[in-house]
Amino acid sequence: MPDKLMTEDEVVAQLQSSMTIGIGGWGSRRKPMSLVRAIARSDLRDLTIVSYGGPDIGILCATGKVRRAVYGFVSLDSIPLEPHFRQARQQGTIEFTELDEGAFYLGLLAAAHRMPFYPTRAGLGSDMLTMNPELRTVASPYPDADGLMEELVAIPALRLDVSLIHMNRADKGGNGQFLGPDLYFDDLFAKAADRTFMSCEKVVSTGSLLDEGTFHTLKIPRLFVDGVVEAPRGAHFTECPPDYERDEEFQREYAATARDPEAWAAFADRFVNAPSHAEYLKRVDERTAERDAGEVTA
Amino acid sequence: MSGVTDPATLDEICVVAIAETFRGDGEILCNPIGTTPIIGGRLARATFEPDMVMTDTVAFLAANTLPVGDPDAERLIEAWMPYRDIFDLLWSGRRHVVMGASQIDACGNQNLAAIGDWRKPKAQLLGLRGAPGNLVNHVTSYWVPNHSPRTFVPTVDVVSGPGYDRVADLSATVRANHEVRRVVSNLGVFDFANDDRRMQVVSVHPGVTVDQVVEATGFEMVLGDTVDETRLPTDSELRLIREVIDPRGLRRAEFGG
Repeated sequence: MPDKLMTEDEVVAQLQSSMTIGIGGWGSRRKPMSLVRAIARSDLRDLTIVSYGGPDIGILCATGKVRRAVYGFVSLDSIPLEPHFRQARQQGTIEFTELDEGAFYLGLLAAAHRMPFYPTRAGLGSDMLTMNPELRTVASPYPDADGLMEELVAIPALRLDVSLIHMNRADKGGNGQFLGPDLYFDDLFAKAADRTFMSCEKVVSTGSLLDEGTFHTLKIPRLFVDGVVEAPRGAHFTECPPDYERDEEFQREYAATARDPEAWAAFADRFVNAPSHAEYLKRVDERTAERDAGEVTA
Repeated sequence: MSGVTDPATLDEICVVAIAETFRGDGEILCNPIGTTPIIGGRLARATFEPDMVMTDTVAFLAANTLPVGDPDAERLIEAWMPYRDIFDLLWSGRRHVVMGASQIDACGNQNLAAIGDWRKPKAQLLGLRGAPGNLVNHVTSYWVPNHSPRTFVPTVDVVSGPGYDRVADLSATVRANHEVRRVVSNLGVFDFANDDRRMQVVSVHPGVTVDQVVEATGFEMVLGDTVDETRLPTDSELRLIREVIDPRGLRRAEFGG
């Protein structure tokens, strides 16, 4: 079995500006945040980010990395609207492809299956087609009950140069394991991409993969994974059950910085630009200690 | 905290009005989104629609009546339903969603994507979310806690969920699947059960007049010859809402409480 262990910075060294990058997870849930921050502090630019969006899109918008965002929604869950993403949209600083959530799933599925598109009814009658004039419809080749050829939306494959996902456990060969209640679409992100980099809470031996979960949790086989990054609390501040819950208090502070450029600069300098994931965790813990000592009142 | 004998308040009347949208649904996924709709859905299943299935708002179908906003409540899990299965299920049509609407028009077109020009919106909202797919696949109802000319508008800025005019020319399958069953607001209950498929008053909540509804609506609301009053919760419904489903009173947050 190959050894695919690497660091966040080694992952970023494999990326190039103008790439299309898929990010797994959902909203503010199990996002590969240590990889997102590594991109945010890199020289990369003009990225197309494809995501069931949360703070991954928000941080990459706020740090000027995004040329286009492709999403069905962007939300922090407990804070419904992602303020940094909203700002980018309202200031017109990013291009965007806004799709129905289910249509987005079909786009990933088509890419994973190397199909040009998959048909759906989602979008018919709504402004999804107005907002995305490049979307085309196709006529079913089979007549419906009335003998008519039904018109359907052809969701194009969301083919990705690279995907980034975060798992609870993985082995060094790239077999990934989710231990929480929902895989989301991470297996499809891996299959829809030319290359996938996977961070995980903990690297374990292949023989230990079934210690904490049944075989049903082994949904990311190594043949779809090109690099493994061990990043404990790597999804912070998003949730990563059963390892940890969302850091709601930290998320509130992150969200509040959208209202004040100086506050964002300070936040980005301290946390987003922390030179390594280990240093980030140290700063997060220091902040928590400060807060607990009553020095942080916000 | 309200006792069981206190008279029903507006939030509880709205909860029951939302529950009523599910009457007759049978064994489908009852999928209300947001605190007040979730309380309404759970009330419907706990009373007159016991065959419906419901999520725990995470990734499971829970067979017992859960208190809202309590992640530690004990769940009787009957199935695993991660997000991917939700899409597979909704395309099957066996689902009734209650969603919010930042704007809604006379034909039932709903917007939760953006206010202003979507190219560079005055206010970016959630995005299209699942609305385009929901509306062409299964029954949808809407919950609008702030009925005003800014929410009940002549034209929505973005059509997330298409209304009756938008699906009129689509395929027979889409038209058969599409149903905007009801709109529940803080003022009344509305539907589209007329030949023109335009929003009409079903009932006004106790204490609300038809004139108030007309004034708070940015389009011409269709009025019947008689307008009913939204029914009050029964004693057992009040007990379920106050003691079982929402003991912490989270429903009052949308009503400035």
